[in-house]
Amino acid sequence: MRIKMKKTLQAISYTLIASPFLSGAALAATDLSLWYHGAGNPAEAKVINQIVADFNESQTDWRVVMQSFPQESYNDSVIASALAGNLPDILDVDGPVMPNWAWAGYMQPLSIDEKRIEGFLPGTKGYWDGKLYSIGLWDAAVAMVTRRSTLEKHDIRIPTLEQPWTKEEFDQILVKLKATGEYDFPLDLGMAWKGEWYPYAFSPLLQSFGGDIIDRTTYASSEGVLNGDEAIAFGEWWQNLFAEGLAPGTSQDAADRDTGLADGKYAISWNGNWAALNALKAHDDTLFLPAPDFGNGPKIGAASWQFGVSSSSKYPEAASQFIEFALKDKYLTAFSNGMGLIPPTKEAAAASEHYADGGAMAVFYELSEKQAVVRPVTPGYVVAAKVFEKALADIADGADVADTLDSAADEISDDVQKNAGYGH
Amino acid sequence: MANQGSRLTRQNLHGWLFALPGFGLMVMFVVIPFIFAIVFSLTNQRLISPNPTEFIGVENYSNLLGLGGLVIEPIKDDEGRWVLDSKGEYKYPRTRKFTRNNPDHPDIQGMKEWFSWQWDHKKVVVLASDPVFMKALVNTLTFVAVVAPIQSLIALCLALLINQRLRGINIFRTIYFMPVVVSIVVVSLLWRFIYDGQNGLLNSVLASLTFNHFEPVDWLGNPDTALGSIMVMSIWQAVGFHMVIWLSGLQTISPTLYEAAKIEGASSWQTFRYVTWPGLRNTAILVGIVITMQAFALFAQIDVMTNGGPLDSTQTIVFQAVERGYGKQDISGGSTLSVVLFVIVLSISLLQRFLTREKN
Amino acid sequence: MATLAGDNYRLRLALRYAVLILIAIIFIFPLIFMIVSSLKPDVQLLQDTSSLRAFLPVGDISFDNYKNASERAPIGLFMFNSVLVTGITVLLSLFFCSLAAFSFTFLSWRGREVQLSIIIATLIIPFETIAIPMLLLVSKLPWLSMGGVEWGWLNSYHVQIIPFIADGLTIFLFVQYFKDLPKELIEAARVEGASWWQIYRSIIIPLSGPVIATAAILKFLAMYNQYLWPIMVTQEEQYRPVLVGLQYFFQLNTAWGEVMAYLTLITLPVLAFYLVLQRSFIASIASTGVKG
Repeated sequence: MRIKMKKTLQAISYTLIASPFLSGAALAATDLSLWYHGAGNPAEAKVINQIVADFNESQTDWRVVMQSFPQESYNDSVIASALAGNLPDILDVDGPVMPNWAWAGYMQPLSIDEKRIEGFLPGTKGYWDGKLYSIGLWDAAVAMVTRRSTLEKHDIRIPTLEQPWTKEEFDQILVKLKATGEYDFPLDLGMAWKGEWYPYAFSPLLQSFGGDIIDRTTYASSEGVLNGDEAIAFGEWWQNLFAEGLAPGTSQDAADRDTGLADGKYAISWNGNWAALNALKAHDDTLFLPAPDFGNGPKIGAASWQFGVSSSSKYPEAASQFIEFALKDKYLTAFSNGMGLIPPTKEAAAASEHYADGGAMAVFYELSEKQAVVRPVTPGYVVAAKVFEKALADIADGADVADTLDSAADEISDDVQKNAGYGH
Repeated sequence: MANQGSRLTRQNLHGWLFALPGFGLMVMFVVIPFIFAIVFSLTNQRLISPNPTEFIGVENYSNLLGLGGLVIEPIKDDEGRWVLDSKGEYKYPRTRKFTRNNPDHPDIQGMKEWFSWQWDHKKVVVLASDPVFMKALVNTLTFVAVVAPIQSLIALCLALLINQRLRGINIFRTIYFMPVVVSIVVVSLLWRFIYDGQNGLLNSVLASLTFNHFEPVDWLGNPDTALGSIMVMSIWQAVGFHMVIWLSGLQTISPTLYEAAKIEGASSWQTFRYVTWPGLRNTAILVGIVITMQAFALFAQIDVMTNGGPLDSTQTIVFQAVERGYGKQDISGGSTLSVVLFVIVLSISLLQRFLTREKN
Repeated sequence: MATLAGDNYRLRLALRYAVLILIAIIFIFPLIFMIVSSLKPDVQLLQDTSSLRAFLPVGDISFDNYKNASERAPIGLFMFNSVLVTGITVLLSLFFCSLAAFSFTFLSWRGREVQLSIIIATLIIPFETIAIPMLLLVSKLPWLSMGGVEWGWLNSYHVQIIPFIADGLTIFLFVQYFKDLPKELIEAARVEGASWWQIYRSIIIPLSGPVIATAAILKFLAMYNQYLWPIMVTQEEQYRPVLVGLQYFFQLNTAWGEVMAYLTLITLPVLAFYLVLQRSFIASIASTGVKG
């Protein structure tokens, strides 16, 4: 009893002595909540956990507490929380969705020094209404993935950034590959990946033809851009791919999409750099080629997940501070090494495994720099993306091209009107 | 008299008390939200938006249900003769010319073509403000009309099969219930590989049964077969569910009735008709209503397997409601669809109740 | 003569079993596919789907997928949450719904028909259509907890339980079953002066084995497989149920083997629940006979 008392007294007294140092810090550290979309992805988790731990250690005023969400349902969770008035301080947002959330009043502009992000790839910077709302720690790009042996075997020219395949060349290549009979389909577009993949991967093809999802001068209508002559040309080319058996259509099995190129079912795959690591593992002569030029210059998509601050946050300055902290090159490199995504700065790229000069994926950095076009920067994007996805799926399934594009253009234009112009 | 009075009021009190928690919870969490939904359908409520919500009356409904018609003459050349295209068919001006920015046809502005046919040399076009909804409506009604009777019947047959006294019959009952227990994700994955157009199991089986005369069919990618394929999969998945309901009804039928029938030398069909079926009346109503409700609510399989395609052949009302409400952030549109669905199903179930009412 | 009849009988018996087994195969192959696939590495799994090897545990069999899956997601936590939420909801639901059904079937009181009609009408309303209004409602409700009154039910267990305790299907199931029970039993009990509560507890419930089992299983399945509502109302990992956890596996590169392992694990509680229920309720009723 006595010994216990003594020990207890000792413990209490030590605590009391130490407490000004401990509790001083503990009391002052305010919690900042961070929501991230990477639950279930150990590579991402490692880096983001490191960033959070480093930030918490580096100062004593703030403590970031992270909650991870699975990517598929992240947007739904955030919107539900927004409706219930329950948003975190810092949140993750997919690039093209950011204007929608900013317009709805769920996000506020960042207060970070813009000079800090000057050298960042344009796709990583989320501007809306002239202000910076979000910044990304990586960018994503798409390329034609194939094997050197495939091209050499069938006597196909290897395209370069300066000299990509032309439309005629590309069409001939596909027909030639189909004629060999060696592949289930010459080209794998990834039609099995329903959702945001369709606008992300396929609208650049439309843009290369000269069309677009929405008129970017006014953002008020899609008339003439989504159903103009160029777009119809794209639509007919698109429909032809499936009608001629050059690419698997909307009923493609998701498993085939994951493994088809590696297994030899497909000759060429239009895929993102997040799948590149797997492709590199499967074959050592994997090539990442630029998109073909369909008349308006080759184009690929840009912009991926970015960090922003919610409008209901009580500590926006601190939140911005955390985001700025995360922009250090070493973290950018770490993300790239772990997931194969494009680092936003040249320095981070040079320090990374895959994107340093001569690295297997270095070409993606250049592709992103030269060919990337962000998706339309408008709150109306959420609806436009769904409409566009359905239009492409319908055309792939054989619907009338002009009617489908007209319908889609009408729906997007009407939606903008119903929402009072979406703040443009 | 006083006794009866107090008995009645006591029944009244007990009745209310017993039912109150259940009913109260339902009102709070189902009825009230649904009333919200009805209110939303009369406004332009968005999922998230800084714009204030406005009351727009029945505009959502007229946009959803609007129908129109158009008769189009073929294109004439300068001399007034009809132009024929390369296939020798008439050429018609595009429907959009009449329905978009055309002051001559104010009633059909904004409508799109639902379907059309040729009559004489003219093209008759049926227009709808929302052809996707119309297709969803037709698909949903077709689905219910086919699945409800077939699934009930198969479930009943299975229940009768399982209701025998055989050794190990419980194992079979468990197995027949398996598809209900397994997640819809696995079920969809599996049936996708069964239905696969190239390496699918179904195509392989059919090919080997017909000695390779059978051409492989892309079951889910072909607009003609997609809905049918979903029907087969849905019946397969849910039939165990209803078998269990039929079973619990079968087991309330007194065994003495069966014994009596046996003594009188009734055949199995007669036994079924005069002993089993009458005892199953209430269960039949239950199964019928539940299957119908579930069929109208078809959503998960579509969402995982076909996304409404190909070419809207697997669109359903609930899928469209979710697509509009959550996907396109148009809560008022989604709510409108829900209310319309509710009215349709209510009418059908009232009709069902009327047809199966107890004739005293 | 005896042998012929014996053979005939055996043949008929064999035929019966053959039919039963054939049908059983049709119904069980997804489960086999799932379990077998969970033991294979991803590459082999996907290759095997194009042949009958999909159902055979051949090739590179191991439990690696289970190990990796449990590292990727806190499977135990998710299963605990699901079983907890589902279990409590099922128990409360059985009680309150059977009570209400009892009231609708055996008591006569004002407003009975109207209330029952409203409840049955709600069968038509699919959940997705009332999810948003329910969310708005639930975020404003008060809750009494250790720390006093809290506003908003989000991010908890009770938000996943309470809205689903009463549902039209369960009440309807009980009503239809109760309608078939003999009214004489009740009248006899009333004559002896039993209270309604006593009748409910001592007469009706013991006779309701089949419907209780049926309602319990259906409710369990519905609650266990919930996806949309938990997505909307649980923000913290500690409250997430199994189907939200499933999303952890659908990343940029889906690990199909791990998905199968996860699905196998989360199917186990449902299977167990079903097996226990059917044995103890349905079998006992069939053997004793409900009515003499």
